[in-house]
Formats: sequence, structure tokens, C-alpha cells
Amino acid sequence: MSILVYIAQSQGQAQPVSWEVLGKARALADRLGAPLAAFVAGQGVGEIARAAIACGADNALVADEAAFAQFRAYAYAEAFAAAIAAAQPAIILAPAVAGARDAAALAAAQLHIGLATDCQGLDLDGEGNLLAERPIFAGNIVTTVVFKARPQMATVRSRSFPPPVRDSARTGQIIPLAVTLSDLALGEEVLGFEVAEAGELGVENASIVVSGGRGVKGPGGFAPLRALAQVLGGAVGASRAAVDAGWIPYPHQVGQTGKTVRPDLYIACGISGAIQHLAGMSSAKVIVAINKDKDAPIFGIARYGIVGDLFEVVPALTEAFKVRLGR
Amino acid sequence: MKFVVCVKLTPDTEQLAEVQPQDVGSDDLGVTMVLNPWDEFAVEEALQLQERFDGAGVAVTLGGVNATEALKRAVAMGIAEAIRLSDPAFAGSDAWGTAHALAQAIKQIGDATLILTGKQSVDGASGLVAPGLAVRLGAPFVSQVAKVLDVTAERVTVLRALDAGTQTVRVKTPAVLSVSKEINEPRYPNYTGIRKAARMQYPATKAAQIPGLNLKQVGAGAALTAWTDLRKPPARAGKCEFILGATVAEQAHTLAEKLAAEKVI
Repeated sequence: MSILVYIAQSQGQAQPVSWEVLGKARALADRLGAPLAAFVAGQGVGEIARAAIACGADNALVADEAAFAQFRAYAYAEAFAAAIAAAQPAIILAPAVAGARDAAALAAAQLHIGLATDCQGLDLDGEGNLLAERPIFAGNIVTTVVFKARPQMATVRSRSFPPPVRDSARTGQIIPLAVTLSDLALGEEVLGFEVAEAGELGVENASIVVSGGRGVKGPGGFAPLRALAQVLGGAVGASRAAVDAGWIPYPHQVGQTGKTVRPDLYIACGISGAIQHLAGMSSAKVIVAINKDKDAPIFGIARYGIVGDLFEVVPALTEAFKVRLGR
Repeated sequence: MKFVVCVKLTPDTEQLAEVQPQDVGSDDLGVTMVLNPWDEFAVEEALQLQERFDGAGVAVTLGGVNATEALKRAVAMGIAEAIRLSDPAFAGSDAWGTAHALAQAIKQIGDATLILTGKQSVDGASGLVAPGLAVRLGAPFVSQVAKVLDVTAERVTVLRALDAGTQTVRVKTPAVLSVSKEINEPRYPNYTGIRKAARMQYPATKAAQIPGLNLKQVGAGAALTAWTDLRKPPARAGKCEFILGATVAEQAHTLAEKLAAEKVI
């Protein structure tokens, strides 16, 4: 009996949530007295496998071949299934990010494993069974998913757990997986890849998110928000209204039909606070709202509010944070 | 070509907050129910594909009489054929059970070129029915489809959104595609469509009428997971503290100090 964790990588870089999941898995494995295995697929991912050992894995199962150079759903799923066969885990965890979600779901469907997706809390019952806490009804209800059979699989949202401390002195075996891909897997052809806005921090991974809504008034209106985000080392988010108006691309959208974020600090600028937007950010630790309308619903969930023109308030905040943070 | 779109009836997103934990799983959540907003993109895409590639759209749902409303919306938007799978044996199915029933129904429909779904439902939100369907149909699966570039009888080429960028992906048909919000803008039904939808019959297709359906793979007994301890998330404590000051700079300074004290910057 062991725990297996899927380490997601994108363009050869491990996605940070992978380490958060691995850190939590280490704690669960210690409680169970079980070994912890990591899985990574890609091409040239040896460094990621070593990092997985440093972050707590006892060994790393690696599918490292040209066939995995680009994400392909069934190819990654079949490699993951091979890792499951090798590790014989009781608990299988994967980050809830694009790619890993598909591979986990397809592998679970193929192997007929129960899967709880988008979890934000993990625990064990008295018998060592997994208890997976996940939001349903757009975060308006929370449930604890229980499993009727083993193995038990869950995907986990970004920022649900703190990242583990790396210890490069830790040792563990790196085990290559022999994966024979099916015709279904081989039949998926990746013909091209266009990189998204390079270097921009994704809203799900950011500890601070500065978001703009209708009050931003146009694409240029995001400039002061970007300046504030930069000083804070945060990411720029947006409401559906701003995205639908074409002021900022869809990956920035926070809310029901966009991303769900759980930053330490969420600064909502010119966002009224439609219920669909709140669904994506209401579990932020501290919410600051800046809005001209003192009756805007966003103030109903904010810890701090400033009633005023965001084009005056946001630059003033940027200056104040520069001074406070010495940047 | 035939484009099958799987749909679900879910609460109106405006009213999701009013759903009570004790009502989850019952037939009546006490809120307005609509076609799952994510599925609207799938229905719209089926309609656009049937216009582009001379095909026919079929909507399928699994659910009781109420689920008819989801099919009605799809028909009102322009889908020609609607199928409702309904049987007490399906009650309590998890995503894999639902996928099994839908997959067998889709096999019975026959000759599907593409099977389209929304990204997830706004209620259970597992996002697992689409990959589950693909596995049960032995078909390729592409999620987060932002655009369908081309469809032939043998292959479909699409754009798949990943975190770091967008892939151009080609797979064999029939294929299961779950579509992203970027793919289109769903149309509003017109009067003719609404009249047509109102006149159409939506009889229940029972488990026994679906060849290949295995009763051991559906229903609560087959489910591998169960929801327990349904509860409201903890309410946000306290009221909003409005930051005041003689000048905007003063307000900004006060806020920066407070956030520093909370250790969030």
C-alpha cells in the first residue's frame, strides 16, 4: 500500500501545485506509514523527478520519452495507469490543472477507480481511508467525498496546501516506466503549440490577485492594475464583464465561468460583485474592494473597502505599497 | 455527420447560493432549473457544426421529467432530435455510471461523428462524464476545446487550451470533445424554436430499451464515491471596514499598513 502523486509539468517546468499536493501526500503517507511515490511524464523530466524526491517522494516513476514530449490525453493517462500498476497505491493524487485533470480522469475511468475532482482538503478516517473535501454548486456547498473501494483518487486545486520544504539531501530511486501506448493514445496528433502570454503569473497560483471589472472601462484601464500587481508580485484577474468586452484574455477570468482562486489577498477594482464572480474568489483570505458605488455587493464580502475612483485609488495604492515594501 | 450533445438540467447560477445542503440529491432543489450554462456552449457548437458540415444534432440527457427542460432549451436553440434517458435504476449514479448509460445510448443512436459536452456541470462539477464517456466508447477525448478547426468523416482537428498555451490537436472520429467558454457565444432561442420545443414529445427511454446497458454499472450501488457531510462553507466573518482619509494617499497608506499587519503582503 502506498500513495502515488502525479507531478504535472508544463513545457518542462513542474507546475507549483504539484509540490503542494506532494507535500500534503507526504504528511498522509507518514500517518499511514506508507511509501510515497511520484509520477512524472514528459521528455527530459529527470530534473523534475529529482525535485520530487527532494520534496518528499520516496521514489519517482518516470515516463520520459519523445512520445510524451507534448501533452496527449490518452498517452499521459496510459503512462499514469502504468505508474498505478507499478506502485499499487491505496491513494492517488493529482493536481487539478489542465492536462493532469484529463490524464487522471481517463486513467481512473479505464481502471474503474473512484475519483473526487477539484478537492481543497484531504484527510484520513480511522481506517486510513481518504476523505476528500470538495466544493460543489460553485462553492456554495462543501462535501466530504468518501470512497467505496480502493484505490481512491482525488485531484487537488492550487493553493490548497502549502508547498513543502525542499531537502536536496533526500535520496530515492528514479524508476523508468515501460509504457506500451495503445492505438487510441498514438492516434492523438499534436500538430502545433502556441505559447500563451509568456511570463505572466497564472491567477490560480498567485498569492495576490488584482482584478478589474466593468469599472476599468477599457483595455487600457488594466494598466494601473498591472502596475499594482507588479509591485505586489501578484497576478492580474478580471471579471466576466471585462473579459466578454474583450479588454483582457479569458485565462484571466475569475468566477463561475472562469478560474477559481484562493489567494491571500484579492483586490477587486471596479467589480460590482455579481454572484458568479464571488463564486470564483470568495475563499480568498483577505478581500479588498475598490468601487465608486458604496452599495456594490462586493463590499458585502470584503474585509476592507475604499469607496472611490479606481483610477485615483489604485495608483495611490501602488505608491503606498512601494513605500511600505521598499520596492 | 451526426453531432451528439450531452446536456444536464442544473440550477440557475443566480440561485446557486440558495440551494440547501439537505435538498441536494432530491428532485426539488427549490430553485429555478435551467440548461447547464457550460452545456449551452456545447449545444451552440453542435448547431454551428451542423451548419458548417451539413450534419444533424442530437441532444441527450439523463434525468426525470424535469430534465425535459434542458432538452427543450437545446431544441429551442435548434437541435432537431432529443433523447431522455430515465429509469429508477439510474438514481444515485456517480459520473462513471452516468457515463456508462450515456455511452450505451450513444452507441444505440449510432454513427456519431462527435460527442460534445460542456466542461462540467455547475452543480456536481466533477467534469468526469466526458472523459468517462470517451473511455466507454473507446473514443479519443479532447477537453478545453476552444475551436473546432475541421471535421471530416475520419478526423477532427481542434484547438485545446492548456495553461501554458494552445495546442492544435487532431484525433480520429468518433471523438468526445468537452468545450470551453471561448468556443462560441450561445444563441438565444427564437420564437419558432421555442414553439417547436414546446410541441415536441420527450418520452423516457428506459434502461431496458438501451441495448448494452449493464444495470450493474449504474445507480447508487455501482457508485464508487459518495457525498457525505454536505454543508455550507463557513461564512465570512465580520463586516467590511471602509478605509477613510482626508486624501486618497492617506487612505492608501492606511490600507497598506492594515494589510501588512495581516501579513498578506
